[in-house]
Amino acid sequence: MTGEHSSRQYDLDLETLRSKVLLMGGLVENQFHDAIACFRSGNVELAENVVIADGNVNQLEVNLDEACRQLILKRQPAANDLRTVMATVKMITDLERIGDEASKIARIAQNKSHNRTALIFNDYETIRTLAAKAGTLLHDALDAMARLDEKQAVKLIVQDSIIDHDFSSVMRNLITYMMEDPRTISSALDTLWVAKSIERIGDHAKNIAEHVIFIVEGKDIRHTDYASSQTKDA
Amino acid sequence: MNSSAMYSSSALTSHSAIQISGLNFFYGATQSLKNINLNIQDKKVTAFIGPSGCGKSTLLRTLNRMYDLYPGQRAEGSIMYNGHNILAAEQDINMLRAKIGMVFQKPTPFPMSIYDNIAFGVRLYENLSRGEMNERVEWALNKAALWVEVKDKLNKSGLSLSGGQQQRLCIARGVAVKPDVLLLDEPTSALDPISTAKIEELISELKEDYTIAIVTHNMQQAARCSDYTAYMYLGELVESGVTDQIFMNPTKKETQDYITGRFG
Repeated sequence: MTGEHSSRQYDLDLETLRSKVLLMGGLVENQFHDAIACFRSGNVELAENVVIADGNVNQLEVNLDEACRQLILKRQPAANDLRTVMATVKMITDLERIGDEASKIARIAQNKSHNRTALIFNDYETIRTLAAKAGTLLHDALDAMARLDEKQAVKLIVQDSIIDHDFSSVMRNLITYMMEDPRTISSALDTLWVAKSIERIGDHAKNIAEHVIFIVEGKDIRHTDYASSQTKDA
Repeated sequence: MNSSAMYSSSALTSHSAIQISGLNFFYGATQSLKNINLNIQDKKVTAFIGPSGCGKSTLLRTLNRMYDLYPGQRAEGSIMYNGHNILAAEQDINMLRAKIGMVFQKPTPFPMSIYDNIAFGVRLYENLSRGEMNERVEWALNKAALWVEVKDKLNKSGLSLSGGQQQRLCIARGVAVKPDVLLLDEPTSALDPISTAKIEELISELKEDYTIAIVTHNMQQAARCSDYTAYMYLGELVESGVTDQIFMNPTKKETQDYITGRFG
């Protein structure tokens, strides 16, 4: 970022905040990755680990919230510092929710392994592309956050609409299974919940990208068509 | 960048009370203001911020020619107020200071009664009856949010008041002559937080009737009290604009470095 503060402790506090957010990002990315792997393999132990890891993510959210409060209280940050702190408060909420969604996927994976015999269609194959796209979006959003790359962030926001679109087609697909063979309803619903969680993770990744733009440019572009108009111009 | 649209547009609709253009100011051989161009908006609060020695107090002092008191000074350019260049030699300094009043960092009550502190200035410009003068004193003290605290001791010395009360007395003295513009040079830097809060409250009330320019070292105070902020450094005006924008998303990196404490 820009130069150093007169107060080195202030710099240190901001840097600690930043590195902890990145740590939290890395944790939820692993959580998501592992959760999808469990859904594919039915590995119950790995699924349990995903749920346990969520505790660490939750604790980080609480710690970072407190760190932001302390920064506001002691430093009265302004301009880009204030934007960083405010965006951090919001981003850690998004990260924590991503952790929650990953846990949901892991729990569904745990349950499905118990009644695996009932599986008639390949549920993993149904969400494979969706999961891959959301995984890339999340990774790139965290990357844009680490490098404060607002140009990459703009591109990501547009990609989220592709994920939303893919979710709709997964849902149509699953409805077809359920209509054709009622025995698929249970696992089709499970798969639908997983797809919905993946779609939500895409939304949170998009939010993170929006916060990156707020930090760098000071523009609050939520609920606007800023990103699509930007990419059209380019 | 079209960022101003994001910030309160109500602050943008007024017209300017004072137009400063091409202002250079010298103390002897030292140039302490360099080509300042700035409009001070009517019935708004404009804050000057910047590190010590950046020229913000000097700029404030040019606005009512307080600098005339310093030897060897020289000002170039123009400061237009009511259609006249107040830097012009023929400007009546006393009339100017009646219209553009000033309050200093340290409270400066005269060594006389609270009542006379207010009445003294009024007597220089107006010939009021005793009843009219009483009314004017009460009005001014009310404006400065001091009346309730001093109404039973108007004959006591102004020096008997607390620091915060003394400063409000000075503001009352400033408004008593019914100026258009109030210049406040770090009015709260010698005051405790409660007195500071009262003065800030007062500033927001006074701007209904007066144009206010304030110099402050307290960044949060500028952010709280002012509609416009001007950042100065080494005698130059680096950036000026709507306060919310200056503090949330300044255009210039120098401004951002200063208000975020990354300076020097």
